[in-house]
Amino acid sequence: MLDTSEGYTTADGRKIGGVVMEMKNITLRFGGVKAITDISFDIREGEIRAIIGPNGAGKSSMLNVMSGFYVPQEGEVWFHGKPRPPLKPYEVARQGIARTFQNIALFEGMSVLDNVMTGRLTQMKTGLLAQSIWKGRAEKEETENREIAEKVIDFLEIQAIRKTPVSRLPYGLKKRVELARALAAEPKLLLLDEPMAGMNVEEKEDMSRFILDVNDEFGTTIALIEHDMGVVMDLSDRVVVMDYGKKIGDGTPDEVRNNQEVIDAYLGVEHD
Amino acid sequence: MTSFCGCRESHNSDQKPVPWDRLWEEKNLAQTLTGAEGLTSIPALLHRNVTEFGSSPAYREKEFGIWQTWTWTETAKEIEALALGLINLGVNEGDFVAIIGRNRPYLYWSMVAAQMVGAIPVPLYQDANAEEMAYVLGHCGARFVIVSDQEQVDKVIEVQDQLHQFEHMIYLDPRGLRKYDHSHLHQYSHVQNQGRAARDEFINELKRRSEKPGYDDTCVMLYTSGTTGKPKGVVLSNRNVIESARSSSDFDQLRREDEILAYLPMAWVGDFIFSLGQAFWCGFCVNCPESADTMMTDLREIGPTYYFAPPRVFETQLTNVMIRMEDASPLKKRMFDHYMAHARKVGPDILDGKPVSAADKLKYRIGELLVYGPLKNTLGFSRVRVGYTAGEAIGPEIFDFYRSLGINLKQLYGQTEATVFITAQPDGEVRSDTVGVPSPGVELKIADNGEVFYRSPGVFVEYYKNPESTADTKDAEGWVATGDAGFIEESTGHLRIIDRAKDVGKMADGSLFAPKYVENKLKFYPNILEAVVFGNGREQCTAFINIDLSAVGNWAERNNIAYASYQELAGHPHVLDTIQSHVEEVNASVAEDDMLSGCQVHRFVVLHKELDADDGELTRTRKVRRRIIEEKFADIIDALYDGSPKVSTVTEVTYEDGRKGNIKATLEIRDAKVVPVVPQKVAAQ
Repeated sequence: MLDTSEGYTTADGRKIGGVVMEMKNITLRFGGVKAITDISFDIREGEIRAIIGPNGAGKSSMLNVMSGFYVPQEGEVWFHGKPRPPLKPYEVARQGIARTFQNIALFEGMSVLDNVMTGRLTQMKTGLLAQSIWKGRAEKEETENREIAEKVIDFLEIQAIRKTPVSRLPYGLKKRVELARALAAEPKLLLLDEPMAGMNVEEKEDMSRFILDVNDEFGTTIALIEHDMGVVMDLSDRVVVMDYGKKIGDGTPDEVRNNQEVIDAYLGVEHD
Repeated sequence: MTSFCGCRESHNSDQKPVPWDRLWEEKNLAQTLTGAEGLTSIPALLHRNVTEFGSSPAYREKEFGIWQTWTWTETAKEIEALALGLINLGVNEGDFVAIIGRNRPYLYWSMVAAQMVGAIPVPLYQDANAEEMAYVLGHCGARFVIVSDQEQVDKVIEVQDQLHQFEHMIYLDPRGLRKYDHSHLHQYSHVQNQGRAARDEFINELKRRSEKPGYDDTCVMLYTSGTTGKPKGVVLSNRNVIESARSSSDFDQLRREDEILAYLPMAWVGDFIFSLGQAFWCGFCVNCPESADTMMTDLREIGPTYYFAPPRVFETQLTNVMIRMEDASPLKKRMFDHYMAHARKVGPDILDGKPVSAADKLKYRIGELLVYGPLKNTLGFSRVRVGYTAGEAIGPEIFDFYRSLGINLKQLYGQTEATVFITAQPDGEVRSDTVGVPSPGVELKIADNGEVFYRSPGVFVEYYKNPESTADTKDAEGWVATGDAGFIEESTGHLRIIDRAKDVGKMADGSLFAPKYVENKLKFYPNILEAVVFGNGREQCTAFINIDLSAVGNWAERNNIAYASYQELAGHPHVLDTIQSHVEEVNASVAEDDMLSGCQVHRFVVLHKELDADDGELTRTRKVRRRIIEEKFADIIDALYDGSPKVSTVTEVTYEDGRKGNIKATLEIRDAKVVPVVPQKVAAQ
């Protein structure tokens, strides 16, 4: 088993640093339903960490705990070496965490550019009045933020739809716009909830390339949930496997692939 | 045999260029006739542009949503830095530097920088696969390759083992390349920085090298696309490029204030002449789109004054307009239909400056305000002063649509081997069925078999490392075979291209047989998808027709005609009637041509199946394979010629999953009305 206590070097030569986020014995209940039972794992700086598991395994709940949207009944989320108290969503965003959603959550009536600009909101400091007059600091601020938004648009190759209302876009592109909005926040930690769900092979390949490029270019730490095993194995450095709210495997893609419990969870096992 | 000499004066005399243009023209003429002031290379033109109008915009590219501009002075600085960097990297005089990527200022600069250091730029098609690139890179022995991004880097790395002379690669966009082995890989901006740092060391060397190229030294090498056989490297000299740029700029009075959008492949000779030759000669600004997908938006934002597109682009734009008008509100739609009808009536005449009644003029003005202006603005054609289409035949309705809006769309005929220009249409003499008069300095002759030959200052030097092909194409006197058959209209002096020379034959009575000429006319009807005309060595022409299922199917739906299959629809009497009327209209139009009146279609059959590449009847690019079709449908062809009214046939077809099956059908053969042929031809028979 790969020793990850001091950081490690991936197969393709990337240096993975210290722990960014650590989940310590997380248990999450909705009433009587236990969504997550006593799960611990860590996410290290610069790595692509995948969470996989069959339907209903608790993956999205896990991501919501990580993003601070759910507060677990037991256990702690450590962020940058400190336990993280329950936070408001904008406070999470200010800490450098951005996410995308399994069911796209964009502003449908707004253009792609405006949607991406909303990713910059937490960085904008001028008030309503200054923004309405749009002189001096507000103008300068918008220019600076627009520049960052445009770089993201260029990076994700969505220049051609910059001014298109999101409602007119096909599904695959909406997913990309969502990623763009998350990237516009210049996150340190990017959480992707099924970034490739419902895509065709070509769109999946494009999205995989973008995820790898984001990690490579900006050094962004990425945690993603994904169903497509092929994609997960190609993309990620380490994989957490969940089943029925429990962690049943954790390690490199190869280790996970050969883990008997994981095979059973995915292929099914005969019960006596 | 007809021969014709290029002669511009007659066309120039009736135009009134503004005095400034006249001055400019005369000055330029004086310069090049003697090669004075050393304007014998692109770097020399760059130097002139910097000195004379250094603060004018030279290049623009949209990046991060904003148009970034470089003036001629800034451009020259960028090019100099790169050229110094190339010397620093070890580029020698006479080396080949391959350039691969989409249209970006940096890559145009790369070509000029290569020329400055005495190397020869070789632009490649960016969508070529690795193997095709390996052939070209190996053939010219490129030591240096300048590419746009990771995609191109990967392709070159994939084949670099086959490339013995390849040494260094320079890339523009560093994205995704961080982890690559950088021992032979350099980032463009780093090469420039190293060049700037080593300026003192190399600047004298650069001066020496950039002043050396003479008028007959190689300017660029462009590979033909190689649809038949291996690509051939066409060597063009500075004389070819600069003379062509000069005379074509004069022809259309291009000037420094013009704007073009560079979006066609950099490896294509047209882009080299428009975006480098003419741009450097006239000093106009070259605009590069943000990405391939944004081309239409960028076109609208820039509003070029000089524009080139293949017929396909115009077709697509027209289709989009029509589809959007279908969805427009009834009022808008009626307004559009009303004013477009008026535009079709008088628009081309107004554009050509022919007399039009005052009432029509006024109505056209109102139309301009309400319909044509906004439409042109949407299409990005508001400012187009000179527009060209070339490459293949353009449908007359498409052509007329744009001209009726007041867009000066013209046709030209050219080749890589001619440095583009063979013929072009002068303003005021534009028609959809000709390709214009010989460009300035071009002589034309038509061989006995109808093949068009030309001779001009633009005629290429040679095919690189291929003396046999050079000798096959260009004779000792400098005449170049185009491979196309055509003739010169005696009344107007315009060239008309009728077909590929190898497809042109003779009818039994000795008159010209040009199948594609007739097929194109048939295919301009939306109901007809494909047509194959027979008649080589026979007394009459006959035709196979494929209906267009979407167009005819749509018609059938609207008229409540039930059909279960392509075959059934193709055999429907109403459909046959419609097709027959199309064929007869084509016959009437073909008959107007003295040379080709023998090609009227006497009998035709609407085929029971679509001609298909899977069955080998078409090439993958949807070109008709005549020989295979003739063999496969020999029974139907026999029936076309033996006068029988019906033919029963069985045809083998290949389904998409690879299985084979048979289609049985009884086809009705129709006679089409023909216009009596000119008497002397009958006499000859």
